[in-house]
Amino acid sequence: MPLAMARSGETLELVNVRGGLGLQHRLAEMGLGPGSRFVVETSGRPGPFVIRVKGSRLILGHGMVTKVFVRSIGKTNGDPQP
Amino acid sequence: MSRPVAPTTRKTFTVALAGNPNSGKTTVFNALTGAHQHVGNYPGVTVEKKEGIARFQDTTFTVVDLPGTYSLMAYSIEEIVARNFLIDEEPDAVVHIVDASNLERNLYLAVQLMELGVPLVLAMNMSDVVRDKGVQINYHKLAELLGVPVVPTVGHKGRGIQELLATVAEVCRNPRARKQPARQVNYGYEIEPHVEQLVKVITGHEACADRARWYALKLLEGDEETAKRVQSLCPGDYEMILQRAVQLRQHIEGISGASIGTVLADGRYGFIVGACAEAVSQTAEARVSRSERIDRMMLSRWLGLPIFAVLMYAVFQLTFALGEPLMGGMEAVFEWLGGTISSLWPEGSDSLLKSLLVDGMIGGVGGVLVFLPNIMLLFLAIAFLEDTGYMARAAFLMDRLMHKIGLHGKSFIPMLIGFGCTVPAVMATRTLETRRDRLTTILVLPLMSCGARLPIYMLIIPAFFPQAWQAPMLWTIYIIGIVLAVVLAKLLRATLFKGESVPFVMELPPYRMPTLRGLLLHMWERSWLFLRKAGTIILGIAIVMWALSVWPKPGAKQVEQFEQQRDAVKARADIGPEEKVGLLGEINNAAAEAELEHSVIGRIGKGVAPVLRPLGFDWKTSTAMLGAFAAKEVFVAQLGIVYAVGEADEASETLREQLQANYTPLQGFCIMLFCLVSMPCMATVAVTKRETGSWKWALFQLGGLTLLAWALTAVVYQIGRLVI
Repeated sequence: MPLAMARSGETLELVNVRGGLGLQHRLAEMGLGPGSRFVVETSGRPGPFVIRVKGSRLILGHGMVTKVFVRSIGKTNGDPQP
Repeated sequence: MSRPVAPTTRKTFTVALAGNPNSGKTTVFNALTGAHQHVGNYPGVTVEKKEGIARFQDTTFTVVDLPGTYSLMAYSIEEIVARNFLIDEEPDAVVHIVDASNLERNLYLAVQLMELGVPLVLAMNMSDVVRDKGVQINYHKLAELLGVPVVPTVGHKGRGIQELLATVAEVCRNPRARKQPARQVNYGYEIEPHVEQLVKVITGHEACADRARWYALKLLEGDEETAKRVQSLCPGDYEMILQRAVQLRQHIEGISGASIGTVLADGRYGFIVGACAEAVSQTAEARVSRSERIDRMMLSRWLGLPIFAVLMYAVFQLTFALGEPLMGGMEAVFEWLGGTISSLWPEGSDSLLKSLLVDGMIGGVGGVLVFLPNIMLLFLAIAFLEDTGYMARAAFLMDRLMHKIGLHGKSFIPMLIGFGCTVPAVMATRTLETRRDRLTTILVLPLMSCGARLPIYMLIIPAFFPQAWQAPMLWTIYIIGIVLAVVLAKLLRATLFKGESVPFVMELPPYRMPTLRGLLLHMWERSWLFLRKAGTIILGIAIVMWALSVWPKPGAKQVEQFEQQRDAVKARADIGPEEKVGLLGEINNAAAEAELEHSVIGRIGKGVAPVLRPLGFDWKTSTAMLGAFAAKEVFVAQLGIVYAVGEADEASETLREQLQANYTPLQGFCIMLFCLVSMPCMATVAVTKRETGSWKWALFQLGGLTLLAWALTAVVYQIGRLVI
């Protein structure tokens, strides 16, 4: 599913990025390569997301969340936002 | 490498500081260099280059602060600048400032620096934050795993700085360290042999041998900058090397099923995760960080935007309310200065030099410098928002809105800087990846009301509006600019710059308590630009404008006419001395106006006036508008001159009172509106030309905005006249 559909507090695994090579590379350099795991901290739905990956927090913009495809691997214990 | 391998006896070295944005690089730089700093530009580009001097025992270091980057991939001009400096200047040591509380992401750059083969020292900054988080980093172990020295520091408290200098001195004095390279990332059995193959091919060419692994990796990644460099280093075999790189890349992508960039980035992160697993341990239960708790509120769907609006309002309120008394002080200083210089001449004398000094220079530059307190307060507020980390939150909050107009949240940061000055704002658009996004943002940037326009509002608002209305009025003007920018951006994205907008990724830095020193430094850097402009461009223009408004003098016949009128008044016996003074004053004013009408500037102003008449402007405002093209704040200086000439009898009358006497509040508002929208200043036109690479866009911006301003102001004035 596209990241845009994820909810706050969900732990996800990145499946692929439907975008150019530049974008894929860019994300991989930020720690978002295929198979990387991250937690949704704030879900825009619709709008920008805040995610936690590799110990830091990233903003993924409105246009981005429809290009990143993910697989849900469950909820975290961190209390999510409603 | 040409440098000697034996320990050197040199006493001066060059040290480069590298690091991610938000890693506290600036605080370490300040701690290292103290007050000895010099700000310039990297040659050929407009990326700021900060240099400072640090001393340790008998050794002197020239410390160069590289631009903050996440990677050494050539995505942005900052990355290219940092990379080229490291390769071309071969600094004696490179200190990578690592945000230790965000280790994995930060080490990504460290790994690339290791691949580049620079003499590296890692400064684990914010080591106090790490401890508070309940995380323990075994620095000794980490140094061992990476094969580079590691020093924990706390930049803003100056902790660890002496140890860092000692380590740097050691690395500099013993260049042999360079020949014992740091540990390298092993990309795994599927990929590593292919990297090795290419390294072997490149090592065969002496010119490239030193950085063979770096070149190999970059060529595999398809990096164009590196390709150019290799071509110039070994032109003979370049074709062969490149061909080999392409073959190997295709092979690797074939077996891994992913793009090479992704594969290599993955390998680097794998190495980092491995190192961290061994050197970092979590001693306390991981808990939700303070920043996250604050963001629950700051970024929340319902509270986020209202908080943002309140903060922006507070910024303007601070600028206005706190600035007012300071401004009064500045005014008094310039009045005193003008009075003191005037008193050097005998009363009533008509010296040209006195007029130049008092009316032209002090009047012109002083009229602008009076607003320095307000501008400094605005810059201070912007520095506060930047240093606390709120700017990134603003980008997040604005992303939804910006997305609607075809831009993304990142465009919002240049726009916020635009409230300070359009020139650095245009430069800040470099972080936008596509040309479409950049051009759209640059073209609408002048609508973000810059600090230089503030003097205009500061002059006009109190002149026409009661105290209670002043802050809301200022706010309204800013909002009009923002709304216009939004509409215009949407229009541009739907017509000239059609196409999908580029996705936006940005790191959310933790909230930090800004240091007073840091805030003042940031405020000062920007205020200095303004001051320098006041001392150079504006002083020059004030003098030119003064000259244009003094020459040519009216004909002898006209002068005689006024003289006759004066004599007639003086000769009258039927009125008292007070009435006589009043009548003489009126004649003097009329004479001054006649003089100005006769001058060059008056003639140009009059020539333009018919075009601006539908907007409610007379020739005096038109004349001042012309000056505003040079720099927005010149409008005030010019208006001061236009009204001050030949006014000796009424020296106490301020410009505001003049305005009140001559214009209606509607006209006052129209002046502000026109100044807001029309003609970006010369400096903006120049920087737009440089950043877009063509005059076409600069002139398009200039012409388009001026036409828009004309149409908009005409509509407001004509409708306003009917309503009021």
